[in-house]
This record gives sequence, C-alpha cells and structure tokens, in this order.
Amino acid sequence: MRLIVHNMLTCNIKGVVNKFPLRIEAEKVIKKEVDFNPDFLRHMLAKIEWKALVDGARSMGYTELPDQLESEESYSFLKKFHHALLELHLEEGSLVCQETGRKFPVEKGVPNMLLHEDEV
Amino acid sequence: MKLKQLEGLLGDLQQFSNPNVELEQYPTGPHIASRMLFTAENSYGDITDKVVADFGCGCGTLSTAASLLDAACVIGYDIDLQSLETATLNAEELEVEIDLVQCDITKLELKGHQIVDTVVMNPPFGTRKKGADMEFLSAAMKVASQAVYSLHKTSTREHIKRAALRDFNAKSAEVICELRYDLPKLYKFHKRKEVDIAVDLWRFEPRQN
Repeated sequence: MRLIVHNMLTCNIKGVVNKFPLRIEAEKVIKKEVDFNPDFLRHMLAKIEWKALVDGARSMGYTELPDQLESEESYSFLKKFHHALLELHLEEGSLVCQETGRKFPVEKGVPNMLLHEDEV
Repeated sequence: MKLKQLEGLLGDLQQFSNPNVELEQYPTGPHIASRMLFTAENSYGDITDKVVADFGCGCGTLSTAASLLDAACVIGYDIDLQSLETATLNAEELEVEIDLVQCDITKLELKGHQIVDTVVMNPPFGTRKKGADMEFLSAAMKVASQAVYSLHKTSTREHIKRAALRDFNAKSAEVICELRYDLPKLYKFHKRKEVDIAVDLWRFEPRQN
C-alpha cells in the first residue's frame, strides 16, 4: 500500500466521526523506484491531504517532508513528495482508526478494509 | 502501445482458479479489456498520467491494461482475497505497479478531494445479488472526478441511463459501443459450452461538485 492510497482510505465503521486519516503502524516497509513525473505531482498537490501524508510517511520511516506545503514547488521538494507518495510501500502492518482503535491489517501490501457484521 | 500488443499481453494473465458464482466472478477477456482501455485513452485521454481505480478488479485484467497504458497510478479494489493474490502475481509477471485494496465496494467511503480521475470496471451484472450492478455504478460515480467506464448488459440499457442521470450525479451517460461478452463454461450449472451476452460499454461523466 502506498501513501497515495492511504490518503483516500477512511474508517467506515458505522457511527464513527473521526474516520480520516487512519494511523499507520508499520512492520515492514519497502521502497520501489518509479518514474518521476513532475506534472502529475504538481497536479496532485492540490488534492492530497498534506498532514496525513507527512504523518503517514513518518510512520513508514521517511521524515524529509516539510510540515507545511511549500509555496515554491522546487525540484527538490517535488522529489521528496514523489518519494513519499509513490515509492514507499507498506507491506506488513496495520491501519488504525483514530476514534475506535480498530486495526485494519495490511498483509503482503494489501489492506483489508472488510468490516465485521456488527460494524456495518 | 498498439491495441494488438495490449490484447496479447492481457491474454497471458492468470485468471480465477476457483471462481465464486455468488460474486459473479468471470474473467474480463483480453478482447474486451484491451478495447475498453484503449478507447478510454485514445478517444478520451482518461488513462495515461491519470489516477485510475478498478472496482471489483478480480484478477486485475483492467488494472493491468490501465497500467500498460501508462496510468500514473492504478488502484484495484475487490472483496475476494484469492483474486487479489492472483492480481498481485499478474502485476509482478507483467512488471507493472498496481495498488490493491480488499473491501466491500458498496460500503467503502473514499476521501480525498477527488484524487481518482477515472474508474474502470466490469461489475457484477446483478444476476446473483440483485442490484449489484447499480451499487457498483453508484459507488463509482461518487469516486471518479472525470469519467467512469463500465460494462452492463444491453438489456438494462434504458434502466442504467435513467439511474445514472437521475440518481447518480451523471452529467452524461453514453454507450460507446456494444460488445459480445464470451462467457466460457465456468460453473457446473452452465449447460452450454459457451455463451455470448450482449453488453454495453458505457462512459459516464460525473457532474463537478
């Protein structure tokens, strides 16, 4: 699971208000390089929840992202954004609902968001 | 990439080893999958450099096609773990990157200022769980910011059009083409060796919020 996916996932348990973002508990993280596409990245900047990305990246061991979005989209900034958004993979771990503490397991890179019967 | 090349690559993908009839697990054949994604990109520019979601991705045929056509990011969603494992193998085999999420698409709530540009899908037709086709369409229309490509039985054409425009926030709902979906005998209850169903390839545009 990459952080671009994490930036969209919410806890959909019935009645939960604070459903986003899910906190990441990382057990195994791997890095895979992908092509750098600055146009795509600039396009994404307006759509990403920045704090969720920064916190998520930190949980996966990457601390280079600035806390605030930079107004100047320098090359070095975009490279860091690229790395955090697209090159970090959570292979094993959990996504934790901040309100209920419910853990959604991530195994072999696939988060399991299926709810139990009493959560629907 | 040429259409024939894309079709050839998709023909090498592994499909369901143990298909579950209740989930209407049928492979999307390389003929349909290649034409669907090729049209989405060449006629509408909805795939290359876009974020593409595949709802009910199964073994990842449409996801793989999107990736081969240079989508910036492809995310496949499915309820069945075994299919997702096959999708993982397929992605590795063809050396493409596909993010996968296990979930019930009808219960999923995705946030994110419309991060997803395009949804592509071959949803259940609703022959086992009534209304499943509509649930998938409704979910897709909530997530896509640019376009939804979906396959539905031609016999449901008027119903789908009405629902999309009236209930699912569609600005437009067009049948791009009619295809024949060859369903090989997958399940014991299938009497004929092969069955051929008329399906519509739809393109829906959501209204901007």
